[in-house]
Amino acid sequence: MAEKLKLQIDGIDVTVNNGTTILDAARKANIHIPTLCYHEDLCVAGNCRVCVVEVGGSKALVPACAMPASEGMQVRTNTGKVRLARKHIVELLLSEHNADCTKCYKNGNCELQYLASEMLTGDPLYIDLVPEHNYTIDRFNSAIIKDDSKCIRCQRCVRTCEELQSVSALDVAYKGNKMKISTFFENPLFEVVCTNCGQCVLRCPTGALIERNYIDQVWDAIYNPNKHVVVQTAPAVRIALGESLGMAPGKIVTGKMVAALKRLGFDAVLDTDFTADLTIIEEGHELLNRLKRVLVDKDPTVALPMATSCSPGWIKFIEHTFPEYLPNLSSCKSPQQMFGALAKTYYAQKKGIDPKTIVSVSIMPCTAKKFEADRPEMRSSGYKDVDFVLTTRELGIMIRQAGLDFESLPNEHFDSIMGESTGAAVIFGSTGGVMEAALRTAYEVVTGRPVPFEKLNILPVRGTEGEVREASIKIEKTLPAWSFLEGVELKCVVANGLAHAKRVMQSVKDGTANYHFIEIMACPGGCLGGGGQPIPTNPEVRSKRKAAIYEEDMGMPIRKSHENPEIAEIYKEFLGEPLGHKSHELLHTHYTPRKRY
Amino acid sequence: MAELVQRVDLIFGEYSDEKYKVLEETLSRSNEDIIKDLLNSGLKGRGGAGFPTAMKWKYAAEQPVKEKYVVCNADEGEPGTFKDREILSKVPRKVFSGMAICAKVIGAKKGFIYLRGEYRFMLPALQVELKEFHVYAKKLKLDFTIEIKMGSGAYICGEESALFESMEGKRGEPRNKPPYPTVSGYLSKPTVINNVETFVNVVVICRIGPVQYRKLGTQDSRGSKVFSVSGDTPKPGIYELELGMPLVRFVEEFGDGDTKAVQVGGASGFCVPMKKFKDTIIGFEGVPTGGSMMIFNSSRSMYNVLHNYLGFFEEESCGQCTPCRVGCQQLKKGIEAVKRGDKPVVYLDQLMKLSETMKITAKCGLGQSVANSFSSIVNNFKEEMIY
Ligand SMILES: Cc1cc2nc3c(=O)[nH]c(=O)nc-3n(C[C@H](O)[C@H](O)[C@H](O)COP(=O)(O)O)c2cc1C
Ligand code: SF4
Repeated sequence: MAEKLKLQIDGIDVTVNNGTTILDAARKANIHIPTLCYHEDLCVAGNCRVCVVEVGGSKALVPACAMPASEGMQVRTNTGKVRLARKHIVELLLSEHNADCTKCYKNGNCELQYLASEMLTGDPLYIDLVPEHNYTIDRFNSAIIKDDSKCIRCQRCVRTCEELQSVSALDVAYKGNKMKISTFFENPLFEVVCTNCGQCVLRCPTGALIERNYIDQVWDAIYNPNKHVVVQTAPAVRIALGESLGMAPGKIVTGKMVAALKRLGFDAVLDTDFTADLTIIEEGHELLNRLKRVLVDKDPTVALPMATSCSPGWIKFIEHTFPEYLPNLSSCKSPQQMFGALAKTYYAQKKGIDPKTIVSVSIMPCTAKKFEADRPEMRSSGYKDVDFVLTTRELGIMIRQAGLDFESLPNEHFDSIMGESTGAAVIFGSTGGVMEAALRTAYEVVTGRPVPFEKLNILPVRGTEGEVREASIKIEKTLPAWSFLEGVELKCVVANGLAHAKRVMQSVKDGTANYHFIEIMACPGGCLGGGGQPIPTNPEVRSKRKAAIYEEDMGMPIRKSHENPEIAEIYKEFLGEPLGHKSHELLHTHYTPRKRY
Repeated sequence: MAELVQRVDLIFGEYSDEKYKVLEETLSRSNEDIIKDLLNSGLKGRGGAGFPTAMKWKYAAEQPVKEKYVVCNADEGEPGTFKDREILSKVPRKVFSGMAICAKVIGAKKGFIYLRGEYRFMLPALQVELKEFHVYAKKLKLDFTIEIKMGSGAYICGEESALFESMEGKRGEPRNKPPYPTVSGYLSKPTVINNVETFVNVVVICRIGPVQYRKLGTQDSRGSKVFSVSGDTPKPGIYELELGMPLVRFVEEFGDGDTKAVQVGGASGFCVPMKKFKDTIIGFEGVPTGGSMMIFNSSRSMYNVLHNYLGFFEEESCGQCTPCRVGCQQLKKGIEAVKRGDKPVVYLDQLMKLSETMKITAKCGLGQSVANSFSSIVNNFKEEMIY
């Protein structure tokens, strides 16, 4: 099928498959062609025109990202004509761009800035158009800030929101000189269907879409001697943080991360993985309980399939898009919010600290977690359960601010309590991880035996990018209490990226699917590809992070949530039993139907 | 006044195709035959770009796909063009016939007319005509229907790929090419898109034959052309004339005696100053036009003319690609600054280079053709830009 063709780029012979673009062919030959609107995760737009090249004989230049290579094609990527055109284009972008780089959050991590420096743009070639444009900044959202004065109209965000997430909160409005990226009726992001997933932030080449950062607030808390600042770190942070600090993708830096957090001055460095394990216990029991009420009690009020609730982008998505399915969501809070609720109750009690003085910080691969922490229902400790949410990127900045040489830090251990975790919690960071972790526990609860998969690796539910993964697990030889599940085929589905989530929910709605348990992660690849992760995040980077997560899982001494000793302890000392009264008070929540406007 | 330019009456007159006779006759011919005739006729698209119609149809016919479309581009947005309106109201049957012949040749069952938003008033009459057409089509056992889709007034939606996007209910933004419409057009299916007048020319060729047709025009510009004449002329209006005439003859006929420049091909065309009237051929070997001929006399400021065009482009650019979106703004702001004295005269050279970059890097014909009017006006009327 894949026929080969040969072309020449800058005099170098390159052989590629039919259908390959000039850009990909050039990359294969290690020839760098600059790009701006291009992104590996998205369809080709060809609108910035920075990647133009000369193709044999033709007067006009062609965009390398969009032009397929053809047999015998002669491509020149570095002629005077090409360089001048590119320089003009970058200068044009700069003339519309509010280039106050030193005040910009993306200073030093901006693709436009990088191109400008590569092209040695000196005094502006063109007239400054910024004063002509009535640019607006949307600062009303707790998670994402949108600054139109930084926008270069590459539409990466638009394509992200539509293609990967099926949300289309962002779209192109107006035309010509007034063309801009906007929202429904130009409402602020917090008033539209935006899920705060931050995938647009991950792909914005400039500072037009950034996370709202809480770095100064966290420093202030750390410096305040009257505050006890606890920090929790999500599973997917430890396999990506290194990238923010100059390390190659796919490095597991758990120990260095803990060391760094201690050096930053946090009073206790704890682990979201602990509450990930707790989530498994609660959610696993919730699933079994729902199955029982449906299969044995024939209770028509119980909603199946049950869907996971750890991904706040997914939660806001379903609230907007399928509000009639909110009863299907697990009532479990996300691990972040379980942690927050326990930090100011259980932890405070055990440590004898006044919860009023506790500042609870979380480090997340996610921007939607910022919004989640601000939800009015997330105050079950009597205080705001999680005070500040920082992304992996923000933590990277703090570590640099503190002057730490990250790579040379020693490996240190999480503090106790709420610092112990298992491999099951680690894999929360990847699509399919919650499913696998839940099955490792639920199967054992029901049968008294470990899941029948080699080394506990339930490969069939490990999610794959760009794919909805279905699996069924047959339950056999149950313990007497669970005999109603004997022979039941537990039908599971795993999806990542909201576009796929939508497909799954649509099939549930149409009645074409018959699942028991649905795992959804809002971001492509799961949390490892979260909107708060280091930039760039692309297919190659994600696959390295994924490998790191499963490597970390395999390296953990305990790999099933219910075997986490701190979990046993918290039930014994504090919570009582799964789904018990205290759990409901602190660990479970409810959802809000929202409009699809 | 003696007539200096040869009037032709192929498009509007002679034969109104009352009973779809040409269509009926043509349907009995082989596709190869029809394409051969079109090729021999030398017909090039009348929408502006001048692509050989026979080749377009041939490519689409060769696509091994069942679902194909015929689209008639009646968006007519080029400033100074108003001839498609006239054609569609006077001889709609010829347009439908041309589309039907195309459908037969390429194997399409469905056709669309993309009608400029401002032409909504023509809709009722066209619908009546279409009803008739569908009756005849049935009689002729032709499995082909035509539907009218309305534009919404954006110039860019006349660009073929933006037009498809618009027809599909999306924002009218040009697509990357390749793939070309003959491979992937409306709904990503092979599509032939032609200008209103092109379809009528097909009917003319089918009726009088390529040999007769070739007698009109020049080597590269065969046949007649419907011109929309406006500006400083005692007789503005629509004229069907032979293609390939020297501009000087046109000016002698239509000018007011004081013509200093003619803008050939609308805002995206070229400005020809008086001194070049003699050597300029109106046609594909010289200055091509989709029909717009704007005549300016010595009372006109060419700075204002250019400023107006740039304002038009600045607003009508779809805004997606950098060279066009920002380039148009810069050209307009740039000539303003030079005029005011805020920028030195040499800044015009910088702008000229910019327009050249726009020509070779913009994504679609809109951005690519801004340089046409810009460079031809600035080069020929530099003093007017400065003083
Ligand atoms: C900005 C822009 C506007 C255009 N507007 C029209 C139009 O209004 N009518 C038209 O027939 N072609 C228009 N075209 C040309 C079309 O893209 C296309 O080339 C034409 O419809 C092909 O038909 P033809 O081969 O019969 O000329 C436009 C092109 C551009 C770039
Ligand atoms: S050249 Fe202009 S109209 Fe065409 S795609 Fe680019 S911005 Fe849009």
